[in-house]
Amino acid sequence: MTSVMATKVREKRISQLIARGKRLDGRGLTDYREIQLESGLIERAEGSARVRLGKTEVLVGTKIEVGEPFPDTPNEGVLTVNAELVPLASPTFEAGPPDENSIELARIVDRGIRESKAIAVEDLCIEPGKKVFVVFVDVYVLNHDGNLIDASALAAIAALVNTKMFNYEVKEGEIKIKPGYKPLPIRNYPIAVTCGKINDKLIVDPWLEEEQVMDARVTMAIEKDGKICAMQKGGYGYFSAQQISEASKIVQQKAVELRKLVVKE
Amino acid sequence: MKTSQKKPEKLIDENDVRHDGRKLNEMRPIKIEVGILGNADGSAYIEQGKNKILAAVYGPREIHPKHQALPDRAALRCRYHMAPFSVQERKSPAPSRRELELSKVIREALEPSIFTEYYPRTAIDLFIEVLQADGGTRCAGITVASLALADAGIPMRDLVSACAAGKVEGRLVLDLTDVEDKSGEADMPLAYMPNANAITLLQMDGMLTGEEFEQAVDMALEGCKQINQVQKEALKTKYVAVKEAETEKEEESEEEEA
Repeated sequence: MTSVMATKVREKRISQLIARGKRLDGRGLTDYREIQLESGLIERAEGSARVRLGKTEVLVGTKIEVGEPFPDTPNEGVLTVNAELVPLASPTFEAGPPDENSIELARIVDRGIRESKAIAVEDLCIEPGKKVFVVFVDVYVLNHDGNLIDASALAAIAALVNTKMFNYEVKEGEIKIKPGYKPLPIRNYPIAVTCGKINDKLIVDPWLEEEQVMDARVTMAIEKDGKICAMQKGGYGYFSAQQISEASKIVQQKAVELRKLVVKE
Repeated sequence: MKTSQKKPEKLIDENDVRHDGRKLNEMRPIKIEVGILGNADGSAYIEQGKNKILAAVYGPREIHPKHQALPDRAALRCRYHMAPFSVQERKSPAPSRRELELSKVIREALEPSIFTEYYPRTAIDLFIEVLQADGGTRCAGITVASLALADAGIPMRDLVSACAAGKVEGRLVLDLTDVEDKSGEADMPLAYMPNANAITLLQMDGMLTGEEFEQAVDMALEGCKQINQVQKEALKTKYVAVKEAETEKEEESEEEEA
């Protein structure tokens, strides 16, 4: 367990090192920790993926159900993202209804997928205005060692790529399930990258102790053609306009690296 | 029942005029009043286009529950809430996930402006009620909340001004309305402390290239600077009114004495 006292003592050290372009764990300022991505570990789920980002571990499972479309988009399937900060993942997580941190996490992941139009939702309509497929993306944090956003977003898009839905045909408004499976229609691959600000310097992939020291963070999701499709600043500090512009360039570059893990050439 | 507004076919015409008659980089008209609620320690009201938003501040005051107290600073607590009648379809009064997220980012947008370290172990409670919404309520909410904090006499580094920029029908525009947000390509709310050159809130959904993003940031910053002027005027107006009321009182009592 990371004790708060240890961090207070190390706070200065972390901050001083970063001013000199170095980090406590030996990484460069824009280096990620080691990333491991595994897909399809949960057979019961329609799709799943686990991301290990250093010691941070996030599991995402997808489920597909039949439900009602939103009234303003009668011909489109529905995407629902939820995040659970389960108590086994950190001494600071408590059981109970989702708090603002888990809601924010889910909504950042959701925004990247939704705004990049990653899922071809118009292919998920069964009967316009009445029945569509609902895609549930459940983010399950298993171990919290910092940068849950990037790990969750990466696991979410990997789980969606891994998602298979049953073959079906529609007869008189009823769904008939046919043998076999087909992949969920995916057409974009958003990647979220978070920059933290410590001692006026930008770092990528802050781990837990750095998160406790950092003034603010900004997350940007980049879609496959390099456009920015979602953004979120967090934390009690601020960025200058120059830093934001610098961050967007770092993020663009890092997103290309990370996407290679999800989309195999 | 109120019928829903029809979306105009084109939101920007060939002369770069927007559906409500504004230019691309023009803000909606803003009206602000400071200090309008009796009970609150500080309050303010804003109308920005059709948005009508109230903000109130209580505190620094004793914190309940006690375990939320912070040993080194005041805890800023923020609730952004929309009235059920503020939007076309009635909104359930229970806080939605969107409102919870906005409460968090608004708090983080305002906290850098406050000397919270002056009031350890207390609470500063901020309530934002959206009475009518037409796009950009989080920004207008931040703008008006910052004034409510100032009105409460809480020591601050700077006023926080917020404004959104975005992309509609391929063009970058300032201060999006609800239709522009819903049918546009991108919406990017931004909050800014002009004197500190500090961006304290930044969100975006939609699609922007790197270049468009930089232009949108510049556009939003310009918007924030304009809003900052309006904020300062509103604060001054309130203090002139207070001063006049005080001098009148003094004169009256002098007359009585004489």
